[in-house]
Amino acid sequence: MHRVWAIIERDLRRFRRSPVLVIVSIIMPMVQLVVLGYAFGGVIRNLKLGVVDEDHGVPAIKLKEMFQAVAANARTFAPLYYTDKGTAMRDLRNGTLNGVLDIPPLFSRKVLAGATPRIALAEDNTDQFSSSALEGVIDQMLPAFNSAPVQPRMTADATLAVVEVYPYVPYIQYLLPGVIVLAIFVSAMIGGGIIFIDDKARGLHEGYLVTPIRKFELILGFTLSGAAKAIIAGFVLVTLGSIIAGIPDPLNIVRLAKMLLLVVATSLALISMMFLIMVRVSDPLVPRAIFGMLNTVLYFPSGAVYPQQSFPGWMKAIAVVDPFTYAVHGFKQLVLKNTGLMAISGDLLFLFVFTALAMTAATLLFRRTL
Amino acid sequence: MFDIEVENLTKRFGDFVAVDALNFSVEHGEVFGLLGPNGAGKSTLIRMLTTLVPPTSGTARVNGFDVIREENAVRQSIGVIPQAMTSDLDLTAIENMSIFAKLYGIPREKRLRTIKTLLKEVDLEQWADKPVKMFSGGMRRRLEIARGLVHEPKIFFLDEPTTGLDPVSRVAVWEMLVRLKSERDLTILMTTHYMDEADKLCDRIAIVDHGKLVALDSPLKLKASIPGRNILEVSFTSMPQNWLETLKNLPDVAEVKADENIFRISSHNGPRTTVALMEAARGANATVASLSVQSTTLDDVFVHYTGHQLRDTLQAPSALDSPFMMKRGGM
Repeated sequence: MHRVWAIIERDLRRFRRSPVLVIVSIIMPMVQLVVLGYAFGGVIRNLKLGVVDEDHGVPAIKLKEMFQAVAANARTFAPLYYTDKGTAMRDLRNGTLNGVLDIPPLFSRKVLAGATPRIALAEDNTDQFSSSALEGVIDQMLPAFNSAPVQPRMTADATLAVVEVYPYVPYIQYLLPGVIVLAIFVSAMIGGGIIFIDDKARGLHEGYLVTPIRKFELILGFTLSGAAKAIIAGFVLVTLGSIIAGIPDPLNIVRLAKMLLLVVATSLALISMMFLIMVRVSDPLVPRAIFGMLNTVLYFPSGAVYPQQSFPGWMKAIAVVDPFTYAVHGFKQLVLKNTGLMAISGDLLFLFVFTALAMTAATLLFRRTL
Repeated sequence: MFDIEVENLTKRFGDFVAVDALNFSVEHGEVFGLLGPNGAGKSTLIRMLTTLVPPTSGTARVNGFDVIREENAVRQSIGVIPQAMTSDLDLTAIENMSIFAKLYGIPREKRLRTIKTLLKEVDLEQWADKPVKMFSGGMRRRLEIARGLVHEPKIFFLDEPTTGLDPVSRVAVWEMLVRLKSERDLTILMTTHYMDEADKLCDRIAIVDHGKLVALDSPLKLKASIPGRNILEVSFTSMPQNWLETLKNLPDVAEVKADENIFRISSHNGPRTTVALMEAARGANATVASLSVQSTTLDDVFVHYTGHQLRDTLQAPSALDSPFMMKRGGM
């Protein structure tokens, strides 16, 4: 073990002298958290909805009053009134409007006759987020429009009662678990990838190989020292990220302790994976070249930014073996739901087994000679 | 028993034979030099002896241990200074040494004592706590020499120990090596491109070319073994008429160049020409003001055994040439 400690000591002393790399690996995910969190998380407001009233009846006026109410309260859209449908459609195509709502002639008459009245919404569906927000608001509005002035006390209509188990989760909080894992990954990539290969190219490893050190001791030393740095980056993200994202009671000791355990498991898994990938590499370009690709292939299928249920089969298959998936799942449990350890025991188990397998494979593939 | 014994040692990389059935032995206490052009197989040979590269065939024993079967015993017996400067630039001299002492499992008490002694021996005591990135090339090399001795090895391998150093640092490294060798009873195997270095340090020199041993002997005998070409430089305070013609007719003289009273004589046989010159001078009442005879150098030996042509061979690209590596310290 004294040899393993020597490797760790060397690495950590170097890190202490030039901590720039770890700072970089903390700042990059932090920037992503803030920018991405606010870029996607916000409620969509102030869409422009062109309204063409070709009917002018009382029900149409009631509808327009409801639009005004939306514009004044939820502010999802602001109605702009057009007298001419052609002009409204032209403005939609020009991008001035996000949608055009047409109240056709005879709308009022059909409402009063109970003859399936229709209004038409033409929307700019190149922007799915905006168009579905628009659609959603109008969809919600219509039952209110349709309801009779006097409600029967009992109806035969089935209704859905939704109970939200957790407080509202803004997107920035949804993103935080992925960003914690990303910080650990960047740290593993720099420590386990770039520095490892540079040291090898510089001949530093040759210095190790002429001593009586064993393969496993080398891999263990590299893994533990790399993990130590990743743990620092991960834990900084856990605490600072929780504060930035507005997680309730961010410095709760019990939760931080659980998070630390998961940070350790994730760091070990990602570092050992990195050594497995890099064990036969000697060109300093390789870790730099695959950095972005690895990030994409591991980060996005993990469900960190979008639910996995929407993925095609091949991407779900990647997610099953991707250590990111389990790390992100675990952090979601802890960050968003503050669960106990039992809820993440499966994730921890996967990460530790993954570490053991990756380290064994790396040791077997490691060449003790030049 | 020899400290290093090499029998039919061969290394092939695909079709290329880097080291071709080498045989030699190094005695205890010897400084053994490996000379050869670039790509001759010197580094491969050193790497096989230091357990970094497995031989294709043949055997090598270092300190009595087989480099394949008893590799850890070999590693424990040897100190290795690779060609590249491999000290950790961000760490101090003492930290660099301490890490290696720990890799060899030297207990704390002894570790501190040994490191202190060694740093003193290589004159780096006052810089012990300074980061290596502030060291000059010569200081780094000396630190590496100290680092290689931290586990008190019996046999010391040095791959081009003074390449890239200025003349003063080179001399300092030489003196240090000579002193360390006698104090610590070391056997040294080194490669070098500098003939003066080999001449000064080595007891015996092996010239390797195309993976084969082409010559092996002491520097003196090697120099004597090739047809010599000596240069006599002589000046006279007084000399008779037609003295230049007389000099040209001396035995074994190839060419004479004159600059007023100074003559530069090329000879195939320095000693014979010198004797004849002195006799002629006495007979003609010429007074010799100064005389020097330059003998064969190891450069001549080297060129004689390895040929005159430049060896332009392709080699595997080095990762160190990659423009992508991170800059560190003084690199």
